[in-house]
Amino acid sequence: MSPASPLLSVQDLRVSYGDIPAVKGISFDVGEGEIVALVGANGAGKTSTLRAISGVVPCKGRILFGGQDLRKIPTDRIVALGIAHVPEGRGIFGDLTVHENLRLATWPRKDRHDLDRDYGRVFELFPRLKERRDQLGGTLSGGEQQMLALGRALMIRPRMLLLDEPSMGLAPKLVRDIFKVLGEIHRAGATLLLIEQNANMALHVATRAHVLETGTIALSGSGPELLKDPRVREVYMGG
Amino acid sequence: MPNPSYFFQQSLNALQLGSIYALIALGYTLVYGVLRMINFAHGDLFMVGGFFCFAAATYLGLSFVPTLLLVMALAALLGVLLERVAYRPLRNAPRVSAVITALGCGIFLEHLVLARYPYPQSVPELVHNVTWHVAGLSFSSLQLLIVGLSVGLMLLLDFVVRRTMVGLAMRAISWDMRVVPLLGVPVDRIITFTFALGGALGGAAGVMYSLAYPVVDPFMGVLVGWKAFIAAVLGGIGNIRGAMLGGFLLGGVEIFVAAYYPSTYRDFVAFALLLGLLILRPYGLLGRPPTQKV
Repeated sequence: MSPASPLLSVQDLRVSYGDIPAVKGISFDVGEGEIVALVGANGAGKTSTLRAISGVVPCKGRILFGGQDLRKIPTDRIVALGIAHVPEGRGIFGDLTVHENLRLATWPRKDRHDLDRDYGRVFELFPRLKERRDQLGGTLSGGEQQMLALGRALMIRPRMLLLDEPSMGLAPKLVRDIFKVLGEIHRAGATLLLIEQNANMALHVATRAHVLETGTIALSGSGPELLKDPRVREVYMGG
Repeated sequence: MPNPSYFFQQSLNALQLGSIYALIALGYTLVYGVLRMINFAHGDLFMVGGFFCFAAATYLGLSFVPTLLLVMALAALLGVLLERVAYRPLRNAPRVSAVITALGCGIFLEHLVLARYPYPQSVPELVHNVTWHVAGLSFSSLQLLIVGLSVGLMLLLDFVVRRTMVGLAMRAISWDMRVVPLLGVPVDRIITFTFALGGALGGAAGVMYSLAYPVVDPFMGVLVGWKAFIAAVLGGIGNIRGAMLGGFLLGGVEIFVAAYYPSTYRDFVAFALLLGLLILRPYGLLGRPPTQKV
C-alpha cells in the first residue's frame, strides 16, 4: 500500500512544550491518495503532530512534503504548498459570513479563474452552507461550522488535508455525514491525514492507521487490521 | 443664542475638528483590531505628520496635493517602522509591555522633534482660503476641503476593510489570529499593512490640522492624541465606523460647548458627557461585548 515516494514523510518527529515532551520521536508516511489515521487518547500527541506538520509549533526531526523539508517554513507558506489544516475546534471566524470565511481561504491561490467552480463544489458537498451563505459564521451550529471548516480547507485546493478531530462534539448522525463527505473528498483525489479520539469511524475509512500512546507509536496497521486488534478494541472502543 | 448663521458656522467647525479626531481615532482602532493593543505612540505619529507637512511645504516648497501624498507615505512608513522595531518583538509578551513600549516610543518621538525644533513652527499657507457667502451663510473653502477629504479617506478605508481580501484578513485576525495562517494568509504582512493604513491616516490628520491651525509643536499630539483615543473608545474600540462616529461626536461636543458656554468649560463638559455615555454603553456606541468563541 505504501508507494515508493510518499507525499508526506515524518521522520523521528519530536515536539516539546518547555520541558514537557508531547511527541517523542515518531515516524510515518502518507502516500498520495491515502487516508492515514492517527488515533489515541487525549494527550497522546496527535494534535501536536499535526501542528508540527503545519509549522504552528516548533519541532525536531524531519517532515518532508513532496521531498521538501517543511521545518523552518512559516505556516502560511506551508499552506500555500498544498497542506490544508482544519484545526481543533474548527476555527471559524464568527463575525465573517460563510462566504467570507470561504473567500479568505483563496488567499494563497495563484489560479483565480475557476473560483466559482470551487465555491460550487463546496456548496454541492454542503447544501446547508449555500442556504446560509450570507449568515455570520458565529450563528452556525457545531455541525455547520465543521462543514464550513472543511469547505474552507477545500477552497485552498490542497494536495493534502490535515483533520483534527472532525467528529468532536457532533451528534452521531452528523459524524456519519461528515465522514461520508470525507470519503467523497478522498475519492475525488485528496490525501487525508486524520486524527481522532473516535477510533471506530476513523479506522473504518483509513487505509493505514497508527495508534499513539504518550507521544510514541504503539501500533500500526491497516484500518481493518486495527479494528480487529483486541488491544485497540479494548482500549479505544470499550471492548 | 439661536442665531442660525452662527449655529451653521459652528457646525462646520465641529465637522472640521471631528474629521481630524476621526482620522486619528481610526489609527487607534485599526491597530487595536488586529493586535488588541493600544498604540499610544499614535498621537505622536500625528504630530510627526504635522512636522512632515511643515517640512514639505517649507523646505521643499511643495503644494498641497504632493505634500499630502508625501506626508501620508512617510507617516505610513513610520507606523510600519514602529511596529517592526518596537512592537513585533513583543508580540507574545504581555499586552502591558507593548503598551508601555508604545508610550515610550511616543515620548521618544516628541523629544526627537523637540531636539530639532525647540519652538513652535508656523506652516506656510498650502491652500488659499476663500470664503463664499450663500444665503446669509458663509462657507470657508478650507473647511470644506478638510471635511471632504477626510470623509473621502474614511469611505475608502471602510471599503478596504469591508470589501477587499486584505480587509477580510484584517477582520479575521481580529477574531482569531491563530487560525489565519492556516488559510495561507501571512499574518505579519497584514499587520504591517494595518500599521501603514493607520499611519497614513494619522499623517493625513497631521496635514489637515496644519491647514486648519497652521502652527506645529512637538507636543501637539499629546492632547489631540488622547482625545482621539477617547473618541475611538467612545465609538467602540476596534470598530471602524465607531471610531468615525466617536470622532465627529467629540468634535461636535467640544465646539458647541465652547460656542455657547465659557470656553474654559469645554473639556470639562465634553468629557463629563463622554464618561456618562460610557457608563450607559461600556463597550462604546457601536462596540459589542467580546463574543463567546466556540
